[in-house]
Amino acid sequence: MNSIDALKELLYKTADDQLIIGHRNSEWTGLGPILEEDIAFSSMAQDKVGQSEHLYNLLHQLGEADADTVAFTRNASQFHSSKFVELPIGDYSFSLIRHFLFDFAEYLRFESLRGSAYEPLAQVANKFFGEIKYHTMHANTWLDQLGNGNEESHSKMQDSLNYAWNYALGIFEPGPAEKILIDENIFIGEENLRKRWLDVIAPLIQNSGLSLPSNDEWKPIYGGRNGRHTEHLQPLLEEMTEVYSIDPSADW
Amino acid sequence: MISEAYIREELKQVKDPEIPTISIVDLGIVTGIDINDKNVHVTLTPTFAGCPALRLMEDMVVNHLNANSKLGEITVETSFETTWTTDLITPEGHIAIKKHGLAPPKRSCSTISMEILESTKCPYCDSGDTSMKSPFGPTLCRSLHYCNNCKQAFEGFKPI
Repeated sequence: MNSIDALKELLYKTADDQLIIGHRNSEWTGLGPILEEDIAFSSMAQDKVGQSEHLYNLLHQLGEADADTVAFTRNASQFHSSKFVELPIGDYSFSLIRHFLFDFAEYLRFESLRGSAYEPLAQVANKFFGEIKYHTMHANTWLDQLGNGNEESHSKMQDSLNYAWNYALGIFEPGPAEKILIDENIFIGEENLRKRWLDVIAPLIQNSGLSLPSNDEWKPIYGGRNGRHTEHLQPLLEEMTEVYSIDPSADW
Repeated sequence: MISEAYIREELKQVKDPEIPTISIVDLGIVTGIDINDKNVHVTLTPTFAGCPALRLMEDMVVNHLNANSKLGEITVETSFETTWTTDLITPEGHIAIKKHGLAPPKRSCSTISMEILESTKCPYCDSGDTSMKSPFGPTLCRSLHYCNNCKQAFEGFKPI
């Protein structure tokens, strides 16, 4: 694998995570538990889907198909998103926990990519970083409120955290050619990112009165980066592309 | 001879489709004007990556300049080379935002926090006694607030 292929792999997994979590977030539109939360998840969905488009545009500049084709015509096995983002929205506590765990990972990913030697990626990362601050701020507010809330809210958040944890660790599935990216200062690598992420989220989780699963239970759920997904991704893609598939040549 | 200042003045006629009181120049998204004889190339930077008005604004720039018979070929591109922040909004832009009934964004908010958003000044009565209801509003660039003084709900332009 050469450095362009390694870069494409990084862009694909980052963009696919954004698109799929964006679609999942949008499933709260009209269904949020309160109006402000409905708007929050809808706004974050719009941010993430928009960000994915700009990452797909970078891939297009590197010779891949255009953004719409890439987003709407692949099947599940061609997606490089982590399994975590494709899981159904579930109980609101799960969506909030995923929002917290995923968005902090993403925040730190873009924070580090601002310094990427691949300038076009550094530029978009700088933009996304400013936007995602609002996402992590929102996530942390709810983690704190519900983790430190009453017994019911606390136990729902803790149960969701326990369920989500190994999927969240799966975000940091090592890429096949990370050494090239690290050597060329394009990306700091998943292992580094995971360390930074743990350093940031562990104290926030503790402040929320919640506990991380004990270390011996940490078993990252990998596979997504290689196109091996749960049964939840293909139905999501079919729903997401339903209108597009009626007439892929339609001009919007 | 077409000058950059001339084009900039022309582009002040192009308004943000979602906040029609502010021009794209005062919004700070025009980051490049390249003139080659009569041909003009305009570079825009996105306010938010997911802003649906992005392509619309590109079209508005092309259509507005195309209508000017002094100008030749008009091209426009969107580039992230300059990262847009709300600090790029001009003082005139702040007045225009307020005129639309939105609280202008605070300056220099590179580290955003709930505290910064909490004390957003009410655009109707200028009171600082307000509370933030949600950092997310009807468009990506707006937050929701309530003024405890004039008892009015209002929206703010989010600092970013």
